[in-house]
Amino acid sequence: MATNHIVDARAIHKHFGTLHVLKGVDLKVDERELVFIIGPSGSGKSTLLRCLNRLEEPSSGSIVVDGIDMLDAKTDINHARRRIGMVFQSFNLYPHMTALGNVTLALRKVAGKGRAEAEALGRVALERVGLADRAEHTPGQLSGGQQQRVAIARSIALEPRVMLFDEPTSALDPELVGSVLEVMRGLRESGMTMIVVSHEMGFARNAADRVVFMDDGLIVEQGPPAAIFENPTHERTRAFIGQIQRH
Amino acid sequence: MIEAFFNIEIMKAAWPIVLTGLWNTILLSLIVVPLGLLGGLILALLASIKNPLVRWPLMAWVDFFRAFPPLVLLVLLFAGLPFAGLELGGFACVAIAFFLNTGSYYGEIFRAGIDSVPVGQVEAARSTGLTRMQAMRYVVLPQAVRNVMPDLLSNTLEVVKLTSLGSVVAVPELLYEARQAQSITYNPTPIVMAAVIYFLLLWPLVRLLSRLENRALAGRR
Ligand SMILES: Nc1ncnc2c1ncn2[C@@H]1O[C@H](COP(=O)(O)OP(=O)(O)O)[C@@H](O)[C@H]1O
Ligand SMILES: [Mg+2]
Repeated sequence: MATNHIVDARAIHKHFGTLHVLKGVDLKVDERELVFIIGPSGSGKSTLLRCLNRLEEPSSGSIVVDGIDMLDAKTDINHARRRIGMVFQSFNLYPHMTALGNVTLALRKVAGKGRAEAEALGRVALERVGLADRAEHTPGQLSGGQQQRVAIARSIALEPRVMLFDEPTSALDPELVGSVLEVMRGLRESGMTMIVVSHEMGFARNAADRVVFMDDGLIVEQGPPAAIFENPTHERTRAFIGQIQRH
Repeated sequence: MIEAFFNIEIMKAAWPIVLTGLWNTILLSLIVVPLGLLGGLILALLASIKNPLVRWPLMAWVDFFRAFPPLVLLVLLFAGLPFAGLELGGFACVAIAFFLNTGSYYGEIFRAGIDSVPVGQVEAARSTGLTRMQAMRYVVLPQAVRNVMPDLLSNTLEVVKLTSLGSVVAVPELLYEARQAQSITYNPTPIVMAAVIYFLLLWPLVRLLSRLENRALAGRR
């Protein structure tokens, strides 16, 4: 299955029991592209992201990430997941480990690095998110914004080819959002391919290459941020954008 | 009264026997507690496989051995197995009975601990490429054990107490030896000694448990 996109998802369907959550989604992402996904709650944004690294098993469709067929039974899924970073709304840091421990766990157990090398790489990753001085802190000793940046460091330490963000700033106090967005902007500038589900429209306007609007399990329309925000062609997009801009 | 229950002469005479008993109780505990913990961990890990083919037999197993009185189980093994051509000593019977009984209790505790860890923890771990078992070992279990530490300790306390059941099948633990000494000396003093020793052995555990429970309550507030 040849493809020149780093992410190539086709005709993704997902059912939860009788609930049809994804109804044939196609998503192609170029290398170094930042794709921003918006849409009402329950429209399937999280499910789509989670299908991409197979935290969720799609009911049908095909997903190729960095040349690897994610749905092939022969694919070593754990190996493939190393190349796909994921950042969660609720951070999901390991509370019983330090920030450095969080960042080095997969380096050691998945990438097979020795302790010294893993810690050196872990410190570099923490440095990149501006938390070199918090390496020995546990998540409980960090603010929400710092925790989310450690979670980003945990992903980037593995040198992923793509990063998935599922509402990375939604659980944060407003004054802490900026620091996380700044780290994300830095990642983008370093050339990371990113798929971001978020309501941060300001960030979308000046950092996204493309905005995708989802509703009811389908991609309704997509295009450059200016086009989607100023001139949406679909009524549902218009309604949604009007709604969030009133807030 | 004092002559009967706190007879110094008898204490001196019975001391070596009672000490042997204490030693065997400790030895027995050091065998059955890890055995129960291991059995419990295996049961809980099997239960985390959400497959009905594994789950149902497992639940039946755990329910069965929790409902079965441990003393009856022990006597059944000790007196019954020889009829099946299998003659195990009292010590082995105690070990097996405890493995089955307390393993089921420990299993339920571990299972509750595993369930108490948010699914996001496993998802984060798996998203970085950890296998199911690695996520369990490095991410879930450490948190699970911490969350149910008071219950684990409380159950361990019960297990140490239950080792006195060994006396029924002639395992020379503390109670058995104390009764031996009593029957030799025609005096209940050795039993009193055993009681005091049980208390001194278990009291630090009880204190530790109280502190853990208080801390757990404080943490929840
Ligand atoms: N594990 C699940 N089991 C059942 N239903 C689910 C599950 N995950 C999500 N859903 C349902 O799928 C729909 C889409 O959810 P989600 O992808 O989280 O939407 P969004 O992220 O756009 O808010 C919702 O109706 C949600 O209730
Ligand atoms: Mg969501």
